[in-house]
Amino acid sequence: MKIDSRFQTRPNTTICLTIDGEPVMAKSGDTVAAALLAHSGNASRLTGKGSPRTAFCMMGVCFDCLVEVDGHPNVQGCMTQVRERMAIRKPKGFRTLSGDTEDA
Amino acid sequence: MPDVDIIIIGAGPAGMAAAATAANEGAKVLLLDEQPQAGGQIYRNVENNVGNSVDANAVDYLGKDYTAGNSLVQALEHSNITVKFGATVWRLDEGPRVVWSQNGISQVSLAKHVLLATGAQERPVPFPGWTLPGVMSAGASQILMKTSSLLPRDAVLAGSGPLLYLIAAQMIKAGAPPKALVETQTLKMLLGASRYFPRALLAAPTLFKGLSLLGKIKAAGVKRYTSASSFRAIAEDDGSITFSFDSKGRRNSLSTPLLLTHQGVVPSTHMSRASGISHEWNELQGAFQPITNEWGQTELQGFHVAGDGAGIGGAETAKAAGRLAAFDILYQLSHLSQNSRDQKSKIDRKAFNRALSIRPLLDALYAPLPEFLSPPDETIVCRCEEVTAAEVRQSLNLGAHGPRQVKTDIRAGMGPCQGRMCDLTVRGILVASGAKPSPARARSPIKPIKLGELANLKIPEDSL
Repeated sequence: MKIDSRFQTRPNTTICLTIDGEPVMAKSGDTVAAALLAHSGNASRLTGKGSPRTAFCMMGVCFDCLVEVDGHPNVQGCMTQVRERMAIRKPKGFRTLSGDTEDA
Repeated sequence: MPDVDIIIIGAGPAGMAAAATAANEGAKVLLLDEQPQAGGQIYRNVENNVGNSVDANAVDYLGKDYTAGNSLVQALEHSNITVKFGATVWRLDEGPRVVWSQNGISQVSLAKHVLLATGAQERPVPFPGWTLPGVMSAGASQILMKTSSLLPRDAVLAGSGPLLYLIAAQMIKAGAPPKALVETQTLKMLLGASRYFPRALLAAPTLFKGLSLLGKIKAAGVKRYTSASSFRAIAEDDGSITFSFDSKGRRNSLSTPLLLTHQGVVPSTHMSRASGISHEWNELQGAFQPITNEWGQTELQGFHVAGDGAGIGGAETAKAAGRLAAFDILYQLSHLSQNSRDQKSKIDRKAFNRALSIRPLLDALYAPLPEFLSPPDETIVCRCEEVTAAEVRQSLNLGAHGPRQVKTDIRAGMGPCQGRMCDLTVRGILVASGAKPSPARARSPIKPIKLGELANLKIPEDSL
């Protein structure tokens, strides 16, 4: 993947969070889904069949933005505001009831 | 005992206008919305953007029609209005009784009356490749502009509808012009829509706004393709999208980091369907809508619906509809006499009819293409459960004749979005095969909640 982001780079990113352990800067007022899209053009999750997905509707309808947030699985990224030191993990595979999707 | 007079669900133009109207007449209102601020999708984050000096140019490129929504948000500062944000309603019962979740805790609220103002969602635009990273709905990119100052890089806008032009003009103003505008409407659709033109003249200012948007797109030199069809997107090794389509007898191919599609909006009806309100098919708008009278009253005692959730009319229509519904509810709760309801609502009735007069023209001119209603076999129809159009067709061949059988057979609509992204496509495939399907069933909880949250729910005894 060579596309860093499908969006223009923004000034004033002041919130520090992690995505799969990697430190990433986001903007105050961002949703988790917006922060993921701003950071990378890559998938934010893999489906049960292993297909890459990113947020699609940004308004809580499509559930394609599901990620793990601070250990809680299946969180709607577009409905969740970023916080300082938030730990986001990208789900890989079928939805599970517990967090830590690497074991899924 | 009811907690309040009226619970309004949704703080978009209809819900906000209704809340202020009811509060000004002395009714106690509880306004619930899933988002962190009032505004709905159209005025999303408007209060923050208007008051923001860091990204001051956002209000500039989003435009005056957007910032005008701030007055509705400010009107919610009223001692009779309690607003709860991050509040997801997941069940409605007769009573009326509203069950909603906030911060992982669910609770029951009782009211004398409920107004559903749940708005619209974008119509799903399924085609081969629409699930790839780098393909989003155009409305999603506009939300990113409103909430995160996130501007698309060399995007291609594809589809049709007034929102597509508005977003293109906003992108141009923001210094992020689209690489191309690929439009699906045809000359045949234009001719078919022309009979609605005289009525649309009643909304002349809206027509002129549309023409001025087209002028801005033309002046910016954005490449335009029309009569486009046979959409297909594939992902290249570098993550970019190759978008191909037919236009005027030629196959075209565009490379872009971001493909943004749009085919209009449809009412969000999960809540109204799950509460047992009857729905009807609106042929011109190609969507189901709750059956209401001229005030938004449904057949279910104590439930009104207003705004795009009752049928697509746009923000101006929604504001008027919200006020009309509020006046009627106030009359039913004996806050107003029938005569004063009729007197006070005269202006809004006029505004409602005027704003709505342009819709038939827009609905006919920017109708979705058949290929998005019943897409090619390899297209994923149900994004959650990864079910293709071929599998839906196979299910029909095996005897399924309605959305419930298709769902039971191949899980289309059984994922976390609960059919919001595939109901209309499953229906389109059924219709193309000759069936006349009823609306898909929606059941509580209409948004996923955790079992622990359900177990901890306390139901007030007098509401049982």
